[in-house]
Amino acid sequence: MLYIKCPWCGWRDESEFGYGGEAHIKRPEDPDALSDAEWADYLFMRTNPRGSHRERWVHTAGCRRWFNAIRDTQTYEFKAFYKMGEEPPGGEQ
Amino acid sequence: MKKKYSIFSLARNAIGHHENWWRAWRSPEPKKKYDVVIIGGGGHGLSTAYYLAKEHGMRNIAVLEKAWIGGGNTGRNTTIIRSNYLWTASAGIYELGLKLWEDITHEVNFNMMLSQRGVLNLGHNLQDMRTIERRVNANRLNGVDGVVLNAQQVKEKVPIINISETNTRFPVLGASFQPRGGIARHDALAWGMARACDEYGIDVIQQCEVTGIRRENGRVVGVETTRGYIETGKIGAVTSGNSGVIASMADLRLPIESHPLQALVSEPIKPVIDTVVMSGAVHVYISQSDKGELVIGAGIDKYNGYGHKGSLHVIEEQLAALVELYPIVSRLRLLRHWAGCVDTCPDASPLVTKTPVQGLYFNCGWGTGGWKSTLGSGWCFAHTIANDEPHPLNEAYSLKRFETGAVIDEHGAAGVAH
Amino acid sequence: MSQPHRLQTGGRIDRDRPLRFTFNGRTLQGYAGDTLASALLANGEHLVGRSFKLHRPRGIMGAGAECPNSIVQVGSGNATLPNLRATQTELYDGMEVRSVNCWPSVKFDLSAVNQLFAPLMPAGFYYKTFMWPKSFWHNIYEPRIRKAAGFGKAPDGPDPDRYDKHNAHCDLLVVGAGPAGLAAALEAGRRGARVILCDEQNELGGSLLASRAFLDGEPAMSWVDRVVGELAAMDEVTLLPRTTAFGHYHHGFVSLLERVTDHLGPTSPDERPRQRQWRVRARQVVLATGAIERPLVFSNNDRPGIMPASAVSTYINRYSVTPGTRAVVFTNNDSAYQTALDLADHGVEVAALIDVRPEIEGVLADRVRKEEIDVLPGMAVVDTTGGQRVSGVRVMRLNTRGDSVYGEGRTIECDLVATSGGWNPVIHLHSHPGGGMCYDHDIASFVPDQPVANTLNAGACSGNFSLDGCITEGFSAGATAAAASGFGSDDIEGEAPATARVREAPMRPLWRVPTRRTVTRSPKQFVDVQNDQTSADIFLAAREGYASIEHIKRYTAMGFGTDQGKLGNINGAGIAAEALGEDIAAIGTTTFRPAYTPVTIGALAGRDFGPERFHAVRKTAMHVWHEQQGALFENVGDWKRPWYYPQAGETMRQSLDREVRATRQSLGVLDASTLGKIDVRGPDAAEFLNRVYTNGWKKLEVGRCRYGIMLGEDGMVMDDGVSARLAEDHYHMTTTTGGAARVLAWLEEWLQTEWPELRVYLTSTTDQWAAISLAGPNSRKVVEQICEGIDFSGEAFPFMTWRAGKAAGIPARVFRISFSGELGFEINVPANYGQHVWDAVWEAGQPYGITPYGTETMHILRAEKGFIIAGQDTDGSVNPMDLGMHGLLSKYKDYLGRRSLSRSDAVREDREQFVGLVTVDDPAEIIPEGAQLTDDPNANQAPKPVPLAGYVTSSYYSATLGHSIALAMVKRGRERMDEIVHAPQADGRVIKCRITSPVFYDPKGERQNV
Repeated sequence: MLYIKCPWCGWRDESEFGYGGEAHIKRPEDPDALSDAEWADYLFMRTNPRGSHRERWVHTAGCRRWFNAIRDTQTYEFKAFYKMGEEPPGGEQ
Repeated sequence: MKKKYSIFSLARNAIGHHENWWRAWRSPEPKKKYDVVIIGGGGHGLSTAYYLAKEHGMRNIAVLEKAWIGGGNTGRNTTIIRSNYLWTASAGIYELGLKLWEDITHEVNFNMMLSQRGVLNLGHNLQDMRTIERRVNANRLNGVDGVVLNAQQVKEKVPIINISETNTRFPVLGASFQPRGGIARHDALAWGMARACDEYGIDVIQQCEVTGIRRENGRVVGVETTRGYIETGKIGAVTSGNSGVIASMADLRLPIESHPLQALVSEPIKPVIDTVVMSGAVHVYISQSDKGELVIGAGIDKYNGYGHKGSLHVIEEQLAALVELYPIVSRLRLLRHWAGCVDTCPDASPLVTKTPVQGLYFNCGWGTGGWKSTLGSGWCFAHTIANDEPHPLNEAYSLKRFETGAVIDEHGAAGVAH
Repeated sequence: MSQPHRLQTGGRIDRDRPLRFTFNGRTLQGYAGDTLASALLANGEHLVGRSFKLHRPRGIMGAGAECPNSIVQVGSGNATLPNLRATQTELYDGMEVRSVNCWPSVKFDLSAVNQLFAPLMPAGFYYKTFMWPKSFWHNIYEPRIRKAAGFGKAPDGPDPDRYDKHNAHCDLLVVGAGPAGLAAALEAGRRGARVILCDEQNELGGSLLASRAFLDGEPAMSWVDRVVGELAAMDEVTLLPRTTAFGHYHHGFVSLLERVTDHLGPTSPDERPRQRQWRVRARQVVLATGAIERPLVFSNNDRPGIMPASAVSTYINRYSVTPGTRAVVFTNNDSAYQTALDLADHGVEVAALIDVRPEIEGVLADRVRKEEIDVLPGMAVVDTTGGQRVSGVRVMRLNTRGDSVYGEGRTIECDLVATSGGWNPVIHLHSHPGGGMCYDHDIASFVPDQPVANTLNAGACSGNFSLDGCITEGFSAGATAAAASGFGSDDIEGEAPATARVREAPMRPLWRVPTRRTVTRSPKQFVDVQNDQTSADIFLAAREGYASIEHIKRYTAMGFGTDQGKLGNINGAGIAAEALGEDIAAIGTTTFRPAYTPVTIGALAGRDFGPERFHAVRKTAMHVWHEQQGALFENVGDWKRPWYYPQAGETMRQSLDREVRATRQSLGVLDASTLGKIDVRGPDAAEFLNRVYTNGWKKLEVGRCRYGIMLGEDGMVMDDGVSARLAEDHYHMTTTTGGAARVLAWLEEWLQTEWPELRVYLTSTTDQWAAISLAGPNSRKVVEQICEGIDFSGEAFPFMTWRAGKAAGIPARVFRISFSGELGFEINVPANYGQHVWDAVWEAGQPYGITPYGTETMHILRAEKGFIIAGQDTDGSVNPMDLGMHGLLSKYKDYLGRRSLSRSDAVREDREQFVGLVTVDDPAEIIPEGAQLTDDPNANQAPKPVPLAGYVTSSYYSATLGHSIALAMVKRGRERMDEIVHAPQADGRVIKCRITSPVFYDPKGERQNV
């Protein structure tokens, strides 16, 4: 049971949240300009790192807001929580 | 088999106080160069090496394992074997796997304890039953055994199940039943295949972690390991729960997320359930081991995680489902729970594929269903590596399908939600 | 009813409260405060069971969680409890106890014949045999193996008890109420921190409950009583005896199991739950979990009467029971000297104290010698004698390297052997969340190394075994943890009680006593006594190349028992190191996994099962009415929906035919409240819908409705529904019943994560509206009668529009839409008025024979019209072109999933397409839903796999048309109109089908405009 800090509601149990996978995957502005391989990369390909992972969560059983987090996928320790649209702390990785 | 296991060898060795048993497999130093290097000494990797030797006559093969063989998902899964998948492509590879399972004990002279006690997949609403009918009909025409049972027939096979229509939230309406499904002993597979590989002269090298993949002109030339550089022209990566990490060594991204998958056992009790029962809608599956423990599992934890740990509420939910379906388990006790790390693909089907890097092949993404397919996957992957072309049975499981859109959506048949 | 081994005085039992219990049918007596194990020992009963494989006699060995042996069945019927550990089972009056894994009795067990075959059953023997002849495995070997499996028996019915869950937050969770844990709780509690202190035993005090040590000049329990009294008086401190912390998870989450009434009887005697699971989120966790004494390993070390020395002391000091009359103490360290003194002081003859250390000095040794106990330095027990109870030990001299024994052997008679091989810190809870460990040579065991965030180890579990050390560490941990939670500083404020410091001599690590012949030729040295796993098994595993400790565990089954190797595993690691020629520090241990001790499944399930609690039940405002009409219900998503309304004497088919005909000919009414409803509002609402639906929405006028489909980004159909424009900036969206939550989540995700610039707000209104769907040529007459403020004429209120007004006096939205193909109106009113308006509709409909219909008739009606049901006719791999919905795909805008529709597989010509089917030979035969279709009429007989042409998604008898109809996905289906495909059935029949348009009825759509 992870302990997650919703940027709006504060600390809550994991069971209140939904998970949204890797963060900062921008939907292409012009999908038609993409090759099938590029479209597949957007749709399916994931970094899936062992270690620091920028990921999306949603406070389903609370404020229903999406937000981002940085979490270590090996230790499960959260390094940061930040709102949608905010730059990830620590800059680009 | 030069040194055969049998009741006679046991008796002979008993007279010698078991002091003359030979090593099941060697512990060789890595050579400088191999024709094929398999990364990952789990069931899939060892089977791949075995079939490279058996079916394709190759011998100069190394299986590199960063820890101890069979220590990943091979040694952590709930050992269910079946082949009743929906799509024709799946039926092919999973049914090949089941057929290989049926012979492997005798083929490699190591008792894998395949127990074909049957597998039930329960239906709890009308749409479940439609899906079950569709799948069982497809199975029959694809040469996979199976029948549809009604609730009463389910009760006859599983006397401890609750089929009440009023005393459950989602009553059991029926099930698919695959008689040839069942369970097998997970460690035995790793050890039996390692021993069989060893017979062919394949080097099974433990405590040897791959740290890099060396490439020249778009093709692989070798692997960096914690025990030195090894030259090779072909690398088969079979590292469930680590595929993304290995892929990144070759600057590849895969359509894979790695998730914790938890399982648990109860204390051993006298036999109460004689088959394997899975439920997607009430979300738990159960069998009883030859030691008497109830072996219980369900779906993955939702977040990416390599930590071989999951969250307790996931276990709590599946035990509530268990009590819902089998009320007598309530007073039994959970002995141990653990987690593996599974690589999931978006369509709940695996990758057994070439990659854009020449000589680099991936076998991964089996999600929660890798165990049953271990041998079928190894057989197909060996073909793919040996011929640099997929076999018709695994052609559909290419990386390319994510570009073309020809995905094989097995969420319905995967038994548990990804 | 005498208790011959009970001392006259002392102990923490209540001699005024005798308790009767039965053991294998015989009635015995113990006292309140006893465990089952101590009560059995008081009666001289050592033999309680049989081992797993060889069925060797097994006695009570330990005194707590570590005991691998004392497994019994308690109670009977549906309240029975299998596999209870007698050492952790508090005695209650009337307890029924039986031995397990033996037949006909524990004293005479026929399966003990297995011992004769022991030479054929070394580690992993089953991998090497049972293979011939091939059919025997399935028919003979495996069934027998399975029959022999398991210890206890499961209950024979549902659990009579209830279980609760309790969620708690605290500043400090202290696990273990021994000296360290009490000190930590006291230090933090005094500062005002919110503390939870739990301990698995029935009383707080931990090791002090069985100790004769003094604190501040008084017996240690006086200090314990003072501390517990002070803690109990603190408002912010919760004391939880009988509560085991069984798992330590992420971020300070620890799960506890409180045994609320287990000590009172087989089931809860009152309103209390039998057990309670605590789900604790702690800012700081202090682990004070103590240490477990490990036995020494020697030949025939498994006989009843051979026990860890500390267990012997516990039985004497805490329970006032002498587990023997003539004892031998065998040790490699100082702690067992105290046991020798405990024995001697309580009148048990100590025949010898055998110490593997060649030279023995120190206070304890002097005291033992003063008792005239025969101390034998540099010696070791090499073997034992006895049957169902140990009768003597064989002692020889141990060489200085510790790898051989020599000299004249000597036999010492005894009925009790107390052994100590050193102590293992209980690092389970430290390890669960990923804490590291390292080997400590001083104590010859593993101690916590790499810390876990916000977790401290205090006392014996960190490798500090001295009483004063434990207390000091406890205060320190309490201070540090309290400070980290914002209470005071790291400096200790409390004062530790004074205690005598006993300087102990160094231990001499010894993982097993050497044997004279090779280990494999010597009598068995048990490492894991529950599983009959021996040091010879470990050597065999190593010889065969199973070199990792995990391989050894798995190959030999070491530590797989219900005790999870608490006694044996570290010894096993040491012996593995010897067998492999490596250092134990490099060998390490296997992974510690929850649960620390077994946890009741019912307690983890809590109350979350049964028809009301397993999963939310949603019922519409008119649910009771449907029940009164005799409706049968179907589970759809969370909802209970009327399936059909059988009347007396009707078959299902007759009911459906009646409902269908009534609707087509006059008037039917459906409760459509369960359809998902989402209120979409904001200046950019039109733009938003334009992005999530495939068709265009910007030009939809206020007052109009439109059908839309949503795709996943993979281009596959995800959901569909009709949405209406309520105002310029306001839409009412509907979704499928099962898809509502998923669609809302999906829309929110896009809105918040990808398009935050869109000013749109989404609100689920599914529960706010009751929806009454009227269908049939007479539907207009009813709405005209009950509604006000709406002109229902065809011109004023055309198809696919909506109007606001009043229905039966209630503000309503009326939609002119149709899922049946008939003239139809859907009245939406606030849910609380649903039944009121439904009643009005019902009354107004009487002249027209208004007929309620359920989901099944709804399915038939829509299938006659060829309308899809997303989730039944689609399965996540169907794109809109497959459904023939090209017209709904806008060419003038982007929308979710659009790019995927141009991928090669999406435009492949041989995709399965949505078509209708009718049967050829018997027009009334209904093709089973889920039937697969083949071109080959002999597919049942043809070699497999047979190429599949498609499958049936929906299939019904159409009373309207007088024949059966089906919807199907067929490869190239739209090109194959009027062609024949076959539906081969499991029973050998083959149903011949003709491909048709999916629109079977009223293809021009005239009936919705009658």
